[in-house]
Amino acid sequence: MTAQSTDIATYNFAYLDEQTKRMIRRAILKGIAIPGYQVPFASREMPMPYGWGTGGVQVTASIIGPDDVLKVIDQGADDTTNAVSIRAFFKKVANVAVTTETAKATIIQTRHRIPEHPLTAGQVLVYQVPIPEPLRFLEPRETETRKMHALEEYGLMHVKLYEDIAKHGRIATTYAYPVKVEGRYVMDPSPTPKFDNPKMHRSPALQLFGAGREKRIYAVPPFTDVVSLDFEDHPFEIQTFDQPCALCGAENVYLDEVILDDHGGHMFVCSDTDYCEKRREEGHRGHLAPETDLASEKLEPAQ
Amino acid sequence: MDIAAQSIEGGFADPVFNAQTVFRAVMEAMARPGSVQLLPTLARPPAPLSPTAGAVALALCDNDTPLWLDPALHASAAVISWLGFHTGAPLANTPADAHFAFVATPAEMMALDGFSQGTQDYPDRSTTLILQVGDLASGPPLLLEGPGIETSATIAPARMPRHFIEQWKQNAKRFPRGVDIILAAADGIACLPRTTRIKTMEA
Repeated sequence: MTAQSTDIATYNFAYLDEQTKRMIRRAILKGIAIPGYQVPFASREMPMPYGWGTGGVQVTASIIGPDDVLKVIDQGADDTTNAVSIRAFFKKVANVAVTTETAKATIIQTRHRIPEHPLTAGQVLVYQVPIPEPLRFLEPRETETRKMHALEEYGLMHVKLYEDIAKHGRIATTYAYPVKVEGRYVMDPSPTPKFDNPKMHRSPALQLFGAGREKRIYAVPPFTDVVSLDFEDHPFEIQTFDQPCALCGAENVYLDEVILDDHGGHMFVCSDTDYCEKRREEGHRGHLAPETDLASEKLEPAQ
Repeated sequence: MDIAAQSIEGGFADPVFNAQTVFRAVMEAMARPGSVQLLPTLARPPAPLSPTAGAVALALCDNDTPLWLDPALHASAAVISWLGFHTGAPLANTPADAHFAFVATPAEMMALDGFSQGTQDYPDRSTTLILQVGDLASGPPLLLEGPGIETSATIAPARMPRHFIEQWKQNAKRFPRGVDIILAAADGIACLPRTTRIKTMEA
């Protein structure tokens, strides 16, 4: 499209100015060098509201180049509002190739899921983080939480998990489940379901986290230990589902509940839309899958 | 060529995309210590600043980042004015004030603990060292372990600082404080973040 190549001249490549990119790039390098430590950075206002991924967008804008292929997911889906608008944003300001296929992407910006398809070396997963400080709900003062990280004083977090057990008989935290990175920093994995925590452990992909409103960047390098906090007698467990995906029949994946009618009808489907589509293309069928040929009705990827 | 002309020429031909190329190479190298990221020659700074180290300076340094230059670089008025013109970065008064330190002759450099180590509260406020090494294959091999490395990795940078393995051990003991190192060779870069452990090859 010729219109796009003229549009892009009105912005710097990838929207941010070069000084901002350098500042964010320096923060990313420090984050990689100190896994799990939240590096403060001078977050900019972005042309989208806080809560829509301004941190992730700034990280992506600072690392992306013309050869990158970008995938954006929102709760595992490529076709929801947040994912579509961020993908459109980068198409407009950086003119990069976009995809919905996990395996083809070099940068995957995510809001609260890790794709089911295993990530590979060379891929970068960029998380949008609302509240980067795992201790924030236990201790509201930044001065105190900073000291707790400095002194590696994480007893409070274990007390919180213990109180869960005392109250509910199990650790009731199901998302944003705290992890310890490389045996040192306790880190918020962003509000991903705890189902995804094991995928962070020694992942071959580089994981970057950006929190725009809270002005923090942190990182987990590839092949880094990421251990979910637990107790010997209450080991960490991920969610399990007692039925497979209703559309593609996948097991051991994270499922969303979809309400079908107002009589209590519901179905469980893969939260990762790309994974589900790929499986259906390969001929896998769940018990509620339509019998029609998926290839013929497949829609163009949303712009 | 007079100093004024030398300091103006030799910057990135395409500042936006060249800076992105260099940064991605540094990011990959930092995320995978021991891996060598190849870089084309993108900057032509005056000697003794090497093209690779110069490219890293252009990609990462600006008026927010005081620089420290080792005596070999500091002696060159052309290098100082080139960095000043292209990055706008001020020179740090002491190594401990520097965000980035450029070292042309690592074998003669001061101890790593003379640079800013960051604080326990803010370990990111430390100096990143850019060492100009001859190459990454002909020196004594270093066996590396740590985050970013699947099992182990080896690089063999030539002309490293004296007692480097011992100094690096002490750097690791200060974790989360400590310095990070970018090794700039003629055709590429490798990184040693503070988390990387050098395994001594003893029988």
